[in-house]
Amino acid sequence: MAVLFSRPQSLTDTPFRYCPGCHHGLAHRLVAEALDELNLREKAVGIASVGCSVYTNEFFNCDTQQAAHGRAPAVATAVKRARPECFVFTYQGDGDLASIGMAETIHAAARGENISIIFINNACYGMTGGQMAPTTLPEQKTTTSPLGREAAREGNPVDMMKLLDALEGPAYLSRVVLTSPGKQAAAKKSILRAFRAQMKGLGFSLVEILSACPSNWRMTPVEALHYVDEVMAKYYPPGEVRVAKEVLEG
Amino acid sequence: MKDQVELVSGNRAVASGALDAGCRMYFGYPITPQTEIAEYMSAVLPEMNGVFLQAESELAAINMVYGAAGAGRRVMTTSSSPGISLMMEGLSYLATAELPCVIVNVMRGGPGLGNIAPAQGDYFQAVKGGGHGDYRTPVLAPWSVQEIYDLTRTAFDLADRWRNPVFILFDGLLGTMMEPLRTREPIPERAAPSWATTGIFAHGANDRAPRSIYTLHMPEGALTEVNRRLQAKYREIAREEVRYDEHFTGDAEILVVAYGSVARSALQAVRVARQQGRKVGLFRPVSLWPFPEEALHALSEKVRKILVAEMSSGQMLEDVRLAAAPSCKIDFLGAMGGELIYPGTILSRLQEE
Repeated sequence: MAVLFSRPQSLTDTPFRYCPGCHHGLAHRLVAEALDELNLREKAVGIASVGCSVYTNEFFNCDTQQAAHGRAPAVATAVKRARPECFVFTYQGDGDLASIGMAETIHAAARGENISIIFINNACYGMTGGQMAPTTLPEQKTTTSPLGREAAREGNPVDMMKLLDALEGPAYLSRVVLTSPGKQAAAKKSILRAFRAQMKGLGFSLVEILSACPSNWRMTPVEALHYVDEVMAKYYPPGEVRVAKEVLEG
Repeated sequence: MKDQVELVSGNRAVASGALDAGCRMYFGYPITPQTEIAEYMSAVLPEMNGVFLQAESELAAINMVYGAAGAGRRVMTTSSSPGISLMMEGLSYLATAELPCVIVNVMRGGPGLGNIAPAQGDYFQAVKGGGHGDYRTPVLAPWSVQEIYDLTRTAFDLADRWRNPVFILFDGLLGTMMEPLRTREPIPERAAPSWATTGIFAHGANDRAPRSIYTLHMPEGALTEVNRRLQAKYREIAREEVRYDEHFTGDAEILVVAYGSVARSALQAVRVARQQGRKVGLFRPVSLWPFPEEALHALSEKVRKILVAEMSSGQMLEDVRLAAAPSCKIDFLGAMGGELIYPGTILSRLQEE
């Protein structure tokens, strides 16, 4: 019997514990497929963060470390410098990466640390029940912006791509969505490019994945997909922001 | 070449001790009065194929220590009081994940931004925890440049032996003063331990199971189990790693208890008092945790009185009270805000008897 589709080797057989319609499962699979395709599983050290992504160390079938809230880029920096022969990636949400860990993110990027970051942006704090994040959109209602985010009251959102694009350090920056099979294929291409950037020693790479969070958005999974495409992706436009030319070579 | 005497500062002795113990990774952030450790490391580590990285903050530095320790390397960070406060979250994670590393606190005056003068106000923070949760870290308190070097080397071995962060605690006076230092034969960095996240492919073990370093234990009972294991380890450390130093205690009727630079003032005061025919002695805890409570208890049953001298409002004093026999009278001589405790001040107190 021919096997046409199976679990990537870079995923454990631990069942995902994410909500229906959540994009973490898809994102995990794409990361795992990229690790498999580039033959990176045996040399990978994945850094889990705090939030819904806190369990990623149970799902990725490679060596892992679980970092304190926001500190994954600092941990990854040290792992890569301690073991340059390893492939080091972090998997972080927006509260972790863009709020409490902003300094670690920006400085790892500015230094051009040769690490790869998978950045899950669902515009809220998922694990704690949908509070406002730095990435929460204008007018978006959360449990801590119940009237809808308003610049004068809650402040403006943070666009990480714009921030990171101001720095010399990044070799590859890309924002993707997972709302259709075609877009998932494009997302995987971005992840592969980010990983290749590290393999070639080009420096910091980051892929931002705009992710649905139906539970906390109070939407059905289908409504959440539409929200990603029609609201989120308008404010945070998908696309490659930085591609060092060496990423595409060879 | 290594068997020579150099005139160096306590801060330099930390760096030399770490390097001679095979430590090749250093992460830190500038803060007075210990920045010269980072400066020295930044100059020598690249030449030794090591890693020096100036972190964006003490928060980042301690988490870099976590990453490097988790990857199985010998690693150190150093800071001073306010910077150490920022590292306390990381300490809790390091202790829970049982990652060996060495953290040096060259204490300055506090609380708050305080000042940059020598102080011992971080005893509670280092000895009683500092970060959240039930954890312990061995704390070593040297009193000379030579001992800073020796205990830095010891600290790396303790960290590995117990899979635990180890603190070295001394004040800015010891950090910045210069004394002769005799270094010993350096050792190479030890191999990565069997639990380290080195990548599955490391050392040809292509098929080993993935390793994970984590501190979240959600299943029912799991965290209780972790805590039980940690506490069992701490009890063992408390039994096996007690260190202290005694001077003139044999027939002493009054016992001065002091650590670090204050113990030097105390020893001088004790010597002068002895010349004057007073039966006084010095007890110097070298490990602040585990505190040498049994040895101190035994002495407290023989002496009339204990005088605790400490550059704080009375932090180690609490451990002395816990350790001493109830019948023993305990006096306190403190200094705060960067004031030093001079031999003459201690001597005056001894002469009051």
